[in-house]
Amino acid sequence: MLRYTIRRVLLTIPTLLGVAVLVFFMLRIVPGDVIEVKLRADGGNVSQEVVDAERKRFGLDKPLVNQFADWMVGMAKLDFGTSMWTERPVIEEISLRLQLSLQVAIMATLIAVFIAIPLGTTAALFRDTWLDYAVRIITIGGLSIPSFWFGMLIMLSLLALFNWLPPITFTPIYVDPIANLTQLIWPALAVGYRYCAVVARMIRSSLLEVLNEDYIRTARAKGVFEKLVVSRHALRNALLPAITVIGLEFTFLIGGLVVTEQVFNLNGIGQLFVQSVSRNDFMLIQGMVMLIAAFYVFVNLAIDLLYAVFDPRIRYS
Amino acid sequence: MNTAVLDKSSKTAASANALLQVDDLHVHFATSRGTVRAVEGLSFHVNPGEVVAIVGESGSGKSVSALSIMRLLPRLTAKIPHGRVMFNGRNLLDLPDEKMREIRGRDISMIFQEPMTSLNPILTIGLQIMEPLTIHMGMNEQQARARACELLTLVGITDPERRLEQYPHQFSGGMRQRVMIAIGLACNPKLVIADEPTTALDVTIQAQILELMKDLSRKLNIALIVITHNLGVVARYADRVIVMYAARMVEENVAENVFHKPRHPYSMGLLRSVPRLDRPRGSKLETIEGLPPNAAAFPPGCRFAPRCPYKIDICEQEPPLFPTDTGGLSRCHRHEEIAAGKIAWAASDSKSSGEMVASTEALLSVTNLTKHFSVHGGLRGESGIVRAVENVSFDIRPGETLGLVGESGCGKTTVGRLILRLENPTGGEIRFEGENLADATASEMKAIRRKIQVIFQDPYSSLNPRMTVGQIIGEPLHVYNLVPGRKEGEARVSQLLEQVGLRPEMAARYPHQLSGGQRQRVGIARALAMEPSFIVCDEAVSALDVSIQGQIINLLEDLQRRLGLAYLFIAHDLAVVRHISMRVVVMYFGRVMEIADRDTLYREPLHPYTKVLLDAAPVPDPSIEKGREPRLIEGELPSHLAPPTGCVFNTRCSMAIDECRKVVPKLEEKKPGHFAACIRV
Repeated sequence: MLRYTIRRVLLTIPTLLGVAVLVFFMLRIVPGDVIEVKLRADGGNVSQEVVDAERKRFGLDKPLVNQFADWMVGMAKLDFGTSMWTERPVIEEISLRLQLSLQVAIMATLIAVFIAIPLGTTAALFRDTWLDYAVRIITIGGLSIPSFWFGMLIMLSLLALFNWLPPITFTPIYVDPIANLTQLIWPALAVGYRYCAVVARMIRSSLLEVLNEDYIRTARAKGVFEKLVVSRHALRNALLPAITVIGLEFTFLIGGLVVTEQVFNLNGIGQLFVQSVSRNDFMLIQGMVMLIAAFYVFVNLAIDLLYAVFDPRIRYS
Repeated sequence: MNTAVLDKSSKTAASANALLQVDDLHVHFATSRGTVRAVEGLSFHVNPGEVVAIVGESGSGKSVSALSIMRLLPRLTAKIPHGRVMFNGRNLLDLPDEKMREIRGRDISMIFQEPMTSLNPILTIGLQIMEPLTIHMGMNEQQARARACELLTLVGITDPERRLEQYPHQFSGGMRQRVMIAIGLACNPKLVIADEPTTALDVTIQAQILELMKDLSRKLNIALIVITHNLGVVARYADRVIVMYAARMVEENVAENVFHKPRHPYSMGLLRSVPRLDRPRGSKLETIEGLPPNAAAFPPGCRFAPRCPYKIDICEQEPPLFPTDTGGLSRCHRHEEIAAGKIAWAASDSKSSGEMVASTEALLSVTNLTKHFSVHGGLRGESGIVRAVENVSFDIRPGETLGLVGESGCGKTTVGRLILRLENPTGGEIRFEGENLADATASEMKAIRRKIQVIFQDPYSSLNPRMTVGQIIGEPLHVYNLVPGRKEGEARVSQLLEQVGLRPEMAARYPHQLSGGQRQRVGIARALAMEPSFIVCDEAVSALDVSIQGQIINLLEDLQRRLGLAYLFIAHDLAVVRHISMRVVVMYFGRVMEIADRDTLYREPLHPYTKVLLDAAPVPDPSIEKGREPRLIEGELPSHLAPPTGCVFNTRCSMAIDECRKVVPKLEEKKPGHFAACIRV
């Protein structure tokens, strides 16, 4: 198990290296750079010398290979460079926003999983009854309603019903938990609905499959209480495929909430991403892509390890 | 058994104190194509400590009956419109769910067919055995664990303390079935229902499991209902036999009488269509022609009439269950004539199946064939070499059938796949008509493939479900340009269908519209389309019901005679191999143990493994089976990652000496034409 884990962790290095090469060179294929955007975007008439001097300052005049090497060496020392727009360290730019995005993602996951498990289980156990139909309607709604639109509905109803809107500025949870939660619970709900729908449907279908397995019949033939048949014998097996979906959805939430962040006026990773791309802020884009790629890789690794924890066949084979 | 007659004459008395009494049970399934009547009017009883066998082919309603006793039928689709299941004076069908749950596992337990899927893969064996103990017996963790250890020892699993902590995938199929039995026996039930308990297991393991169950049921005085299609199993264990056909009981009697004095034409036919291990092949297998009726639309009158050779006018009327002269029951209008010996199963018209005088020139010659697979273990990163096939040599002559027998994992299927070049051999030669297939290039193989064809085991999954029968059979014709055009292709397909006993109209059907036997016929027609001279039959009849199996074996023999085909007949069923083969190769753990002429091999086997194999297989005759002590083979197949040194069989062999652990025995000609790989013979 330990050897397997180490091997898997080491295998993430070439994957991330590949991502780094791709993002670095693809950014530079696109014409234009941050200096142009900064100095000439608004029709400003800046002389070529000034532009060249700026480029030199950011090392953009060096050959690409050298630039890449510099970036790599920096990352190896955990220095992700400085943003070419704000000239603040990339780490600093990302960290506050990541805190926000991560919190929304975690809250959405918790909401989704805690609702999805009972919802999916009920639907499977009462298959083809009104309960099942109700769950299916709710979940199909979650899949078809865009999160940002659902978010807008939430905001409008808060305004219409309570004449109240959540705070606009972000307070970290360790500063003021109440303020923090009253702000972030709404976007978490908005994206959690869709998330919950995906997971609930997964649990429903995998539970239905598991309930048809021979070992469920064996459990019933032993006279095991029906509750125990479901919770101990069926659900534990059915949750395995759901873990994959939960993990993948989670990673998506980290960087993929651009529009929802806009709706709730959150300064998260998604917004920062859009901003940095429109500014051609190479260093920041690279840093964020690497961050999100690393998230994907490690969440997937975590899923595989979780599988091994839940499924002895993987653990021992 | 003198008590048999007594038993029957006092039938009412017996029923009064019967443990289980099923009365007029009907089970219906709602399907999209209407109501399927799976069981109709089934009545029987089981006395305490008695072993009752329910025999029938697939779809006869035997498993459904068992599940309805346990009330484990699917709730949404299954309905029991009529019937009673009396157990301990209570009608199980009327009990509230909670009361029924209390009975399941405590008073009645059930052992299922598939040991590989019947245990929960993510829970420890210990938990699964302890579950009924804590639920029904109110034991605490510690008591339950002690009892679980005791149970594992009882079913012959050593080192129970450690085994309790393990998971199902760490057990072999036979061991899992032992665990299932331990679970079944946990709460000292009064009745155990075993649904095809050994069908998925190898012969030697089957013998171990059946012996164990019989032993335990005698020792603990447990009544046993064994559901099976294997008449050998019935002969060895059953006190009483119930024969089911098309949702109805057609005959019931003590085992001796069902086997020796059957009073229903279906039972008579069933017994005759089984190839016998203990009898030399005299002639063609007698079979029951036709197919069992569709459960959604049973014919009026006697359901067996359409396939019955003794059908007369009265058979248009529904026969009731008649009491017979032998003290049993028979659902046949003519049971008295059968009893009087006026009707005997018509002797088969064809004599000896006229074995081709095989020429001495080999058609296919395999020399030192070897196949190693390298394996990479999962999380722990173990790796090693599995010697699936090691130095296998044999010849097949034109028009000959060579049987290849062995238990699962012995490499017999790999040999077949190597000859077809579906796998590339690690070493050795495969000469077909003088050409070495082992190093043939892809284009050379394409030409050779025309002459070597294959018939697979599973008629359900080896046909493409989206193609019609005509397209399936016609495909190779067009790939190899064997027919000039579409018209000729269709004509050839019709001809092939007729050759395998199907109507040409079948060409327009899809595989799911056919029965298992019909699908296997389509598989044969597909193989024949190429006009091969050699066919590999990989377990070609093992998935089929007894009566259908006989039909397919006869078809294969018939085609061999007419077309001069040679077969490599790979199977685990020794009786079937005995029936169809001219010479037999016995394999164990990747190596050839013995090669001999069929009759010699079965009469005077030399190798201890062959002896054990022949001994383990039950014969459908209760007087033979109950009279003999089976020589049980101990242990299981060794691990492929840690093969035994010397002779691979030494770990299970009763004759093994120290020398056997050092020397790998060569396959030597011990008697003319009789080869064995053993230093002790």
